[in-house]
Amino acid sequence: MRKTFRIEVDCANCAAKMETAVKKLDGVTDAAISFMSQKLVVEAPDERFDRVMKDVVKACRRVEPDCEIHL
Amino acid sequence: MNKRQKRTLVRILLAGALFIALCLLPAEGTVRSALFLLPYLLVGYDVLKKAALGIWHRELFDESFLMTVATIGAILLGQCEESVEVMLFYQIGELFQSVAVGKTRKSIAALMDIRPDTANVERDGQIVTVEPEQVQPGEVLVVRPGERVPIDGVVLEGVSSLNTSALTGESLPRDVAPGDEALSGCVNITGALRIRAEKPFGESTVSRILELVEHSSLKKSRAEQFITRFARVYTPAVCAAALLLAVVPPLFLGGWADWVSRALTFLVISCPCALVISIPLSFFGGIGGASRAGILVKGGTDLEALARTKTVVFDKTGTLTKGVFEVSSVQPAPGFSAQRVLELAALAESYSNHPISRSLREAYGQTPALARVSAAEELAGKGVLARVDGRAVLAGNARLMEENGIAAVSPALPGTVVFVAEGGVFAGSIVISDLAKPTAAQAVAAMREQGVRTVMLTGDTEKTAQAVGTALGIDETHGSLLPDGKVEHVERLLDEKPPKSALAFVGDGINDAPVLSRADVGIAMGAMGSDAAIEAADVVLMDDDPLKIALAMRLARRCMRIVRQNIVLALGVKAACLLLGALGAAGLQAAIFADVGVMVLAVLNAIRTLRLSR
Repeated sequence: MRKTFRIEVDCANCAAKMETAVKKLDGVTDAAISFMSQKLVVEAPDERFDRVMKDVVKACRRVEPDCEIHL
Repeated sequence: MNKRQKRTLVRILLAGALFIALCLLPAEGTVRSALFLLPYLLVGYDVLKKAALGIWHRELFDESFLMTVATIGAILLGQCEESVEVMLFYQIGELFQSVAVGKTRKSIAALMDIRPDTANVERDGQIVTVEPEQVQPGEVLVVRPGERVPIDGVVLEGVSSLNTSALTGESLPRDVAPGDEALSGCVNITGALRIRAEKPFGESTVSRILELVEHSSLKKSRAEQFITRFARVYTPAVCAAALLLAVVPPLFLGGWADWVSRALTFLVISCPCALVISIPLSFFGGIGGASRAGILVKGGTDLEALARTKTVVFDKTGTLTKGVFEVSSVQPAPGFSAQRVLELAALAESYSNHPISRSLREAYGQTPALARVSAAEELAGKGVLARVDGRAVLAGNARLMEENGIAAVSPALPGTVVFVAEGGVFAGSIVISDLAKPTAAQAVAAMREQGVRTVMLTGDTEKTAQAVGTALGIDETHGSLLPDGKVEHVERLLDEKPPKSALAFVGDGINDAPVLSRADVGIAMGAMGSDAAIEAADVVLMDDDPLKIALAMRLARRCMRIVRQNIVLALGVKAACLLLGALGAAGLQAAIFADVGVMVLAVLNAIRTLRLSR
């Protein structure tokens, strides 16, 4: 499953780092963050998606504590 | 400015005022240093907090970390004023960046905001305003003048003009009447329309375009990937260099304080923000600007490839030519007028629905009086035999003339020829061909000007192909090709193209998907409403004007030029400052100016990509 989320992050470098961090997560098959359109796309197996998303949020917070992800 | 930005601004102003006041204060020594900590903490506490969190999470080497090390180092060296200044400038730069980028982002987003907010639906005899997502196919919508068509549909009632500029970039309105298609995203200009929804909102043109544009910034270009990789190496490298600079020279030369202060300058310069921010912004602006002209680019990689394009391969029909048959020439035999030949042909063919018959009737310009025609008989593969005003009229190909013993004269023009005979006497010939689009020759010339090799491939006969190719100034033309023949030619051209350049294929999106995907850049034309074309192509032209291809390439080249300028500018200034910093000629203030100043310039330069030069 591939899902797009709206995010709020205000530094381009952090967005790039968040993308790298999310891509490395177990269960994430593909991910991309666009700083410009403030979008996060995550691709993960259907049955694990919600669990994986929790890790995604955690990983993003770790890189940039004040980022927002609208689930 | 949002709340956070406003708060930062207030903090900067307060800290700035406090800093100036403290500079005028006659305090000395430790007291003075301690006092300067007040504005330092006021303006920089969030940076310190972030740096601490970064260390906690083992995410070193971000900007906050660098600024913290540099300023705390300066304080320890007793340079309290400098560290306050650096923190102030850093925060001003960050604020500017977030405001400017936010503004640009919003203005690009607004430019592409063609999403209709509501739809007016007729339910149980009443008009209800609902969200477009809630409309089911088959429901009837009411679109008043000034409103946007929310969903793709068919006009049931009303006559109006639709402004399609949001979809095509074309300002000429399109007239619609009952039975016509109304595409979502168009703005209704003159009269109220009742429209039957044909698709759900999610599959309507407007949703597809929005999805495409929003996702375009997720397909990252090589330049963007390079920047990300570069930033990962650059920052640690400069930090290591700073450490060496702080430790190694003083071991031999002494003067620790001086060298440490030079090293701190290094740290300030090591932020790669100018690059990291301006490159994606340039691409985003380039893609946004192009979409305003009705050119949808699917991603940064495609924009890059478009800029490298040195070979353009066209499919003829529907791309360079109109794809509609029109009478291009009438050659009457002695004793007949051109109008008479057309009249005979149009009357004889008045019962036929063949595209050729339709083009004959169109050229004739009047509705044929059916009463004048009798005993019309269609002869498959040959033409028509009919009695017009009681006289036998033949209209058809050379074989028909031959079989009836009529001496027909073939015209020397390319295209489909209809021979006409009246009462057993040859009356003349009519040439019907697929006419070139009015801007086709201009578009080809514009591409050649950019140093692009143009090739035309077509399934049409070699003779027709050559005639069109020569008329338009195409470099290379191949006719009589089947779809797999087109793929073969494209593969050969891919081998022949200059190294590092790209090959673009332009088609009308109908049955050329294999070639579109084989080319480096697949360009689909006239894609309004055609889902298949939007899927298969990398670049989608919303209308069918070939000049847009040349425009797309020009915009892409300009965008890449701006990207390169920013890379050179940012790296050049940083390198110069690193050198001056190492030599002790540039202090902390100069370093932060270089950092923030370059970023401001790069962002302003990136915004230029939005501007269209036609």
